[in-house]
Amino acid sequence: MLDFEPFYLTLKLAFATTLVLFIICIPIAYWLAFSRSRFKVLIEAFVGLPLVLPPSVLGFYLLLAFSPQNSFGKFLESYFDARLVFTFPGLVIASVIYSLPFMIQPIQSGFRMVPETLIETAYTLGKSKFTTLVKVLIPNIKTALLTGCILSFAHTVGEFGVVLMVGGNIPNETRTISVAIYDEVEAMNYHQANVYSFILLAFAFLILVSVYLVNHRVHTTRYL
Amino acid sequence: MININISKKLSGASGELNLQFNTKILPQEFVTIYGPSGAGKTSVIRMLAGLLEPDGGHIEADDSTWFDKNKRINIKPQLRNIGIVFQEYSLFPNMTVRGNLEFALEKNQSNKIVDELLQLTELEQLHDKKPSLLSGGQRQRVALARALIRKPKLLLLDEPLSALDTEMQTKLQDYILQVHQQFNLTTILVSHDLNEVIKMSKRVLILEEGQIKKDGLPMDVLPLNYLKSSLMR
Repeated sequence: MLDFEPFYLTLKLAFATTLVLFIICIPIAYWLAFSRSRFKVLIEAFVGLPLVLPPSVLGFYLLLAFSPQNSFGKFLESYFDARLVFTFPGLVIASVIYSLPFMIQPIQSGFRMVPETLIETAYTLGKSKFTTLVKVLIPNIKTALLTGCILSFAHTVGEFGVVLMVGGNIPNETRTISVAIYDEVEAMNYHQANVYSFILLAFAFLILVSVYLVNHRVHTTRYL
Repeated sequence: MININISKKLSGASGELNLQFNTKILPQEFVTIYGPSGAGKTSVIRMLAGLLEPDGGHIEADDSTWFDKNKRINIKPQLRNIGIVFQEYSLFPNMTVRGNLEFALEKNQSNKIVDELLQLTELEQLHDKKPSLLSGGQRQRVALARALIRKPKLLLLDEPLSALDTEMQTKLQDYILQVHQQFNLTTILVSHDLNEVIKMSKRVLILEEGQIKKDGLPMDVLPLNYLKSSLMR
């Protein structure tokens, strides 16, 4: 009998991660797109790190940071009674960091694609930066927002190294689909591993098809 | 009255340009800035709007100071009470014609003005259309109407008609002259079309290489040969 729990947990993790990323990435991407600060390059490089680092490196440092034996983990445990290692919330935080560039980069380039005169026009009509962001910028980068969401969601679904390092392999808590596949192969349950893998493969393909569909639509959107 | 004395060092394709713009503009005056491309016309408009910071000088509009380098005053574009129309329409694609106009409303401002301006610019039939469905002339009328919603003191027009065909240009020039009168506006138009300059304004500033070379009636300051051939036509 196929155990659907890893699927359910993976989807829950991907939804939570995407939601958190969506909320925090709009202001970060806005700042990265329009700031002229000298420190922008540093922040950009930092945000992009998950693209180049092996997930095990990121997972390792997060594991150290979350560990109750270290200051940050101790602080969380003593003040908030929260433990992040080997728990679902810990997994969400790790996934958010791991998928950060997949949400930020599409939104950032979306913001940059909006013609400057649209923003300037809003200013000359007396509108604040915040109103311009909410009423002009965000509605005109819907496709970039959608791309960011789809990519972050898919990237979280496909996560392995970080999940294993930070979450371990606890059924119903941190055992996501990619970890479950690894487990089944280790136990030589190739049939089970095959079923899980095939579903994931089909899912990944569908995600990419939808991203390209969205991107093709971008070419037909024109600014006036 | 608007008292302008600003300078800005600009770098463009043809090297560096020292822009010096020093003039006074009277209330309800219609002034045209004429000159070749790269003379700094658009930069003047952008500095007046608060979108580009001058290197030095000051801008005073009636009783308020918009910019003063020495006093470190630089009022944001939001607070200058200007209307601006760019060449590229710059309509918000996510909003309808009416939406574009309503966006410009100030807090607690009655939206009666929206209907008035839709009527004035003959856009009532198109009020629920998105900008992508409009022609160039219609788009520029929306942009003009939108710039007038807040009843600005100063209307800045940065080559607003240069992307349109001659017939549409003529029609829109009439609209601009009409709103200039009706709304008691002070208007500054940037143009490199001599016919337009002659038709629209009583006063022309000729800007060349960043300096005001001539200032006066079109008849007095525009190239004589051109005026002759224009009259012959």
